Amino acid sequence: MPTKIDYDSRIPNNVDLADDRRLQRALEGWQPKFLNWWGEMGPSLENRGVYLRTAVSVGRDGWAHFDHVNPPDYRWGIFLAEPTPDRRVAFGEHKGEPVWQQIPGEYRADLQRLIVIQGDTEPASVEQQRLLGLSAPSLYDLRNLFQVNVEEGRHLWAMVYLLHAYFGREGREEAEALLYRNSGSPDSPRILGAFNEETADWLAFYMFTYFTDRDGKYQLGSLKESAFDPLSRTCTFMLKEEAHHMMVGTTGVDRVVTRSAQLIGEHDTLDIAACGGIPLDIIQKYINFHYTVSLDLFGGETSTNAANYYTAGLKGRWQEERRGDDHRLTEDGVRLDKPGEDGAWAVDEVPALLALNLDLRDEYIADCQTGVKRWNRILDEHGIDIRLKLPHPAFNRHVGLAAGHHVTPEGTILDEETWEASRRRWLPTAEDLAFVRSLMQPVYERGKIASWVAPPVNGINGKPFDYEYVRLV
Amino acid sequence: MVVVSFDRSPDAYRHWKLSTDGPVAWLELDVDEQGGLVPGYELKLNSYDLGVDIELYDALQRLRFEHPEVRSVVVTSAKDKVFCAGANIRMLAASEHHWKVNFCKFTNETRNSMEDASEHSGITFIAAVNGSCAGGGYELALACDRILLVDDNSSSVALPEVPLLGVLPGTGGLTRVVDKRRVRKDLADLFATRSDGVRGKTAVDWRLVDEVVPRREFRAVVEQRALEAASGSTRPADARGVQLPPLEREISEAGIAYTYVRAEYDRPLSLVRITVRGPDEDAPSSLHAQGADGWLLAMTRELDDLILRLRTNETEMGTWVLRTEGDSARVLAHEQALLSPQGDWFSNEILHYYKRTLKRLDVTSRSLIALIEPGSCFAGLLLELALACDLQYMLDGPPIEDPDSDLRAHLALSEANFGAFPMGNGLTRLQSRFYQQDDHLDWLRREAGQPLSPAQARELGLVTDAPDDIDWEDEIRIVLEGRAALSPDALTGMEANHRFVGPETIETKIFGRLSAWQNWIFIRPNASGPEGALRRYGTGQKAVHDRKRV
Repeated sequence: MPTKIDYDSRIPNNVDLADDRRLQRALEGWQPKFLNWWGEMGPSLENRGVYLRTAVSVGRDGWAHFDHVNPPDYRWGIFLAEPTPDRRVAFGEHKGEPVWQQIPGEYRADLQRLIVIQGDTEPASVEQQRLLGLSAPSLYDLRNLFQVNVEEGRHLWAMVYLLHAYFGREGREEAEALLYRNSGSPDSPRILGAFNEETADWLAFYMFTYFTDRDGKYQLGSLKESAFDPLSRTCTFMLKEEAHHMMVGTTGVDRVVTRSAQLIGEHDTLDIAACGGIPLDIIQKYINFHYTVSLDLFGGETSTNAANYYTAGLKGRWQEERRGDDHRLTEDGVRLDKPGEDGAWAVDEVPALLALNLDLRDEYIADCQTGVKRWNRILDEHGIDIRLKLPHPAFNRHVGLAAGHHVTPEGTILDEETWEASRRRWLPTAEDLAFVRSLMQPVYERGKIASWVAPPVNGINGKPFDYEYVRLV
Repeated sequence: MVVVSFDRSPDAYRHWKLSTDGPVAWLELDVDEQGGLVPGYELKLNSYDLGVDIELYDALQRLRFEHPEVRSVVVTSAKDKVFCAGANIRMLAASEHHWKVNFCKFTNETRNSMEDASEHSGITFIAAVNGSCAGGGYELALACDRILLVDDNSSSVALPEVPLLGVLPGTGGLTRVVDKRRVRKDLADLFATRSDGVRGKTAVDWRLVDEVVPRREFRAVVEQRALEAASGSTRPADARGVQLPPLEREISEAGIAYTYVRAEYDRPLSLVRITVRGPDEDAPSSLHAQGADGWLLAMTRELDDLILRLRTNETEMGTWVLRTEGDSARVLAHEQALLSPQGDWFSNEILHYYKRTLKRLDVTSRSLIALIEPGSCFAGLLLELALACDLQYMLDGPPIEDPDSDLRAHLALSEANFGAFPMGNGLTRLQSRFYQQDDHLDWLRREAGQPLSPAQARELGLVTDAPDDIDWEDEIRIVLEGRAALSPDALTGMEANHRFVGPETIETKIFGRLSAWQNWIFIRPNASGPEGALRRYGTGQKAVHDRKRV
C-alpha cells in the first residue's frame, strides 16, 4: 500500500503528520524559524517566480510537478520513499534482523550525530551559494540554482523531521542549532570545513555540484542502507533529488569545457582569457581544488567511528546488498597506500572494518572519473589534445593519511618548499579567481547566455533554452 | 622495555608550548601525533600519553620556580576545533596493566599539583576549551580553577569513558565533577553516560563549565579572565625566578646516583636501597642565592625524579628501603632557614614541592621500609621520610661495621612534623600514625627539638622495632625476605588502606576510591578481555559484556 502524500496541510508529507499532534506541533514551531533562515540566508535575488520542480509523490513515475513558484512559497515537505516490506538489516552484527522503526537507546547518540552532520551540510550549501544569483550566466542557470537551493532546503527538512520525530527534546534543540550555525560564520561555523568556504563564482558552483554534492550522494547512499528504516527511506528519496544537483554540475562543467574548446578553435590559441573564455588550465585547477576538498569530506581513510557505525548497522557501504561478502567484515583486510617520511609510498594492511571511509571514497573516485571522461570527449571532439584529469587522492589533503604531506597531483611526495613553489600551477591563484570573477556578469535576458559558457543541450522538463525560467522583478 | 626519563626542557617540548606574557602564562597543547613515548600508536586529536604529561609536569614546575611573576595560567589547545581528546585509547589498550595504572597515577599527581599551585602559590588556572574536550581532556580542565567553553554550537565537554570504553574517567573526572564542581549526581550520571557530551548553555546550567563564550570573543575573554585572576594573586610583584637546570645523575646496572640521593638495586630481593644525604654545609643565609643548588631543593628534585623513574622503569622492585646519612642538626638548621622567612615565595615553593614529593611516596605502590642507623639524620622534615614508610626499624647499638664506635642512631621531631607537610587526607603523618590520639600527639610535641634514642623512639611509637646490633642484620633480612615473598597485589592494597586513615578528601578519593575501582574495571573481561570494550575499541566491533553485576 503506497503512502499517500498529504499536500493540503501546512507541511506536505507522506508520514501521516496529521495524526501525530506532537510532531506536527514541533515541526510547525520550527517552520517559521526555517522561513526566517531562508529569508536571511537563501538566494538573494528578488523574483516573481521560478520554474521549479516540486515533489508531489514518491513513486517511480510522476513524482515531480513543474510550475512557476515564488521560492519562499515553495512547499517544503517531508517525503520518505515507500517502505520495503519485511526489510531486514543488511550488515553488521544485527544482519538478518528486522529493521528498526524506532531508534534503539543504545545507538541514540550515534544516530543523532550522523543525522546532525548530514543535516548540517544541507543548509550550508545554500548559504555558500547565497550571492550567486546576482551573477548567473542565464535564466536557465539561475533557475537551476534556485532548484538546487530549495532542494537542499527540503533535505534539511528531511533531517529535521527525523530529529523531531525520533530524538525528543534534544532532537528539537539540534534541529534549531542547524539554523544557528552558518557557513563561514566566525562564531558558529558549519561542522565540516568544506562547507565554510564561499562558492564564489559559477565555475565553482558547477564544480561544487559535481564534486561536493557527489560526496553527498555517497553519504546518503551509505545512510540509505541504515537499519534505522526511517533514515533509510528518507535518504532513498533524497538521492532522487540529489541526482538533479549532479546533473547541474556535470552539464555545467560540460558547457564550460565546450565553450572553452569552441573559443580555442575559433581563435587558435589556448590563451582564451582575452576572448572571454576560461582557459583549460584554470578549469584543471578548479577540478584539483574542489575534488580534493571533497575527498576530505570522507574523513580519514581509517575510522573507528565508521567501523562502529557499520557494526551497529547505522551506516552501510555503497550498494551494500549487491556486495558478495559476509557483510560483517570482521575477518577481512585491505591494503592502504600511505605517504612515508622518506618520500616513498608505503603499504599498510588494515582491517577492512576500519577502512570503510576508504571504501566509500574509492566508489566516489570511480564515479568522478566518468565526468572527466565526458569532458575529455568534448575536447577530443574539438580536436584539442589536452586532457583534464583527477589529481592523486593524496594531493592537497587536510584530512587523513596525506594531511601534512606534500604530494603532487601526479602522486610524488615532495618537501614543503618544493611543493609550495608549484602551488600556483596546481591550485587556483588569487589572480585566477579574480579573472573568473570578472567574467561573472549576469545575463538575465531570455535565450541569452554569458560568453564563457555554452547553452545547455536540453532545457528543463522539455522547455526550450529561451523559456522564461525565472520571472524577474 | 623503554626506559622513561622525566627530563624535559621547554625549548625541546614536543607537545606543549609554554609562553609568558607578564603575569599570564599560556600553556598550549599541540600534540605531535608521531611523538608517542613508545611505538605503536598515533597521538591524534591532542590525545596524550605519559610523554605528553611529563612535559606538562615540567612546565608546571617551571612556572612555580622559574616564573614567580606568573599569576594565572591559560591552559588551551593550539589545534583548531579540538581541545584535548584525553588519554590515547590505543596506548591504553596496548599497555600492560601496571603501565596504565602508573600512567594514571602520574597524570593524577600532575593534576593535583595544578590545584596545589592554585591553593598555595596564588596561581589561577583557566581552562580555555576552544574545541571538543573529552575524557582526560575534560579532566585536565576540571583541574583548573575556571573553565571557559567556546560557544560555537558544536564544541562540547564530555566524559565518554563509560559508554565508549567500558572504563571510568580515571584522572579525577568522576570525583571532581561532584566534589569540586558540585554537579548534581543525577546530572553527573547523565553526563558520564552519554558519549557526545554537553555543550553551550546546558554545560553552564549543569555546572560543568563556568561560562560559554562566542568564538570571535573567545581569545579576548580568556585574556580578560586571565588578567582579572592575576590581579587577585598573592605572588610577588618583582621577584626573580630560580632556574631549574638539568639534573645530574649516574646510571649503572647497580643503581642511580645523584648528588644527595642514591639508589642501589638488590634484584634478588626485589628491592632498592635508597639513601638520602643531609646537607654538607650549614644553613644558608639566603636560599635565593643558592637557587636550585640549595640542599633541600636539589635533594627534593633528585628524590622526585628517582621516585618517578623507579615507579615507571623498575616495576619489580617491590620494596624500597629508605635510609638517610648526615648531620641532624644541620637538617634542622636548613629547615629553620626554610620555615622562618614568612611570605617568601621561594621558600614557599620549596616547602610545597617537598610536600608533594612526600605525597608521591604516600601513594607509591611499593613497600616502604625505613632503616634508621647511626650516622642517619631522620630529623624534622627528613623524619617525614621515615613516617611515610610502612615500617620503621631503628638500630639500637653501634654501627654494624664498627662495633667499637660510640655513634648511635637518633631521631628528632620538629615543628615540621606538626603541620608543614600534610598528606592527601589533610592530616600530618603523625596525626595519621596516631589517629585521634590527641594526648599522644601532645606528648610528641613536648619531645620536639631533642635527639630521641632508639628506646625513646620505640616508647613514643615512632618506630616499629629497635633491634640491637646483635639481632639487627638477621631481623632486617627476615623482614625484607618475608616482604618479598608476599603477594605484590595484596601488599599494594593493604599498604594503601593502612597509610590513609581518617577523612576522605578529593585526593584520597581519587587515589583510593576512583583508582581502585578503575584498576579493577581495567582488568575485568568486560574491559580488557578479548571481547571487552577497551580491547575492542577502534576495531569497529562491539564489546560483549558479562551482564552479571558484581
